[in-house]
Amino acid sequence: MTMTKTLCILASFLWLGAAHAQETIPPDALVKQVTLEVIDIIAKDKEIRSGDRAKLIGVIDAKVLPHFDFASMTSLAMGQNWRVATPEQKKLLVESFRTLLVRTYASALAAYSEQKFDFRPLRAKPTDTDVTVQVRVLQPGQQPVPIDYSMEKTPSGWKVYDVMVGGVSLVANYRTEFATVVRSTGIDGLIKDLQTKNKTLERRSAAPADKK
Amino acid sequence: MRRVFLLLAVLAASGCATSPDADPRDPLEPMNRALFNFNDAFDEAIGTPVAKGYRAVLHQEIRTRISNFFSNLGDVFIGVNNILQGKFQDGVEDWARVAFNSTIGLAGIHDVASEMGLEKHDEDFGQTFGHWGIGSGPYLVLPFLGPSTLRDGTGLALDFYADPMNEFSPSEVRDPLWVVRLINRRADLLDASSLLEQAALDRYIFLRDAYLQRRRSQIYDGSPPRQRDEEVNEPPPPAVK
Repeated sequence: MTMTKTLCILASFLWLGAAHAQETIPPDALVKQVTLEVIDIIAKDKEIRSGDRAKLIGVIDAKVLPHFDFASMTSLAMGQNWRVATPEQKKLLVESFRTLLVRTYASALAAYSEQKFDFRPLRAKPTDTDVTVQVRVLQPGQQPVPIDYSMEKTPSGWKVYDVMVGGVSLVANYRTEFATVVRSTGIDGLIKDLQTKNKTLERRSAAPADKK
Repeated sequence: MRRVFLLLAVLAASGCATSPDADPRDPLEPMNRALFNFNDAFDEAIGTPVAKGYRAVLHQEIRTRISNFFSNLGDVFIGVNNILQGKFQDGVEDWARVAFNSTIGLAGIHDVASEMGLEKHDEDFGQTFGHWGIGSGPYLVLPFLGPSTLRDGTGLALDFYADPMNEFSPSEVRDPLWVVRLINRRADLLDASSLLEQAALDRYIFLRDAYLQRRRSQIYDGSPPRQRDEEVNEPPPPAVK
């Protein structure tokens, strides 16, 4: 009885300890670790490098997605329209927006994975819960392209809620676009547009005729 | 020439007349969209195929040398613009880049200055005007050249006017160089444009917003003051539907 109890307590401490350890990876270290891991996988995988988009998306799903907060990205991109969306609409919006972002991310990775990265030291206080992690993509003969990850501390670790590439925020950029579509065809219209877009991209990446 | 202005004026007027819920930053949207479609058609028919061919024929290594050569010419006025913005150290660095790259770097084809720790900057007259506090004015899509604004378009005219390549003679050398420069530039942007194609629901809006955000960031050298979320690209009142 006491033995089991002790074991239980010990086990729960161990579990807490593990969860805690994962949670405390600082945001800049997390970005660096994930980026290098993914770049390394791409470098070693012949199929991905020869254009296997489905496999690359699989890698992103497994390694990158857990660190993104798509619900908050979607709500920020929707702005005021988020508040009037029904729970069902919200679910569909998050799903279809995530699919679009992952596909775009995969193409960006495929195009730029051979560049060098410069991970900037984090400028934030240890108590901050909302930080910007800066990475720069170094290209020969050109000004480096800054990539800024806006990250928020959550109970399950640091999560990315916006990405700025060269000073352009993805979330802010989609906000006008989404608002325009919602104004003309409503939230359901936007969901339909996103889904159609995703289907087109899927069909195109399935057809090997589209060479990179 | 006068007829062109007349045409522009008419288009501008028609632009103002329509679109009750236009974005305040883009009052000329109908005209801009027409030019955007024109540029797109031109790019699809000529720009992209030529750029792809260029990329297929020339090895990456050679293309980098070519980019470096033009980039070195650009550094002269990047320096001037930094000085005009009061960033004297950056300006001096730009000219030091030109000095090293033009000599040790063999007319600029090797970017030795970057290896020495003199980083490339990114300035132009449009950014200088912005730095001086001049607002962007309405968004404009320029024929062949793409996204701009009244301020940046004016800046661009100055950029072209001041470009060191104008000093090259004879024109038998200069003109082909301009062509190579433009093709090289388009080739550099191939990856970016195919990404845009993928990411956007409405490419016109996506590109416009990306351009306006990017210029704002450039004017503040990569760290613009944070805007409240509502202020960034917020369109007129939302329709609840």
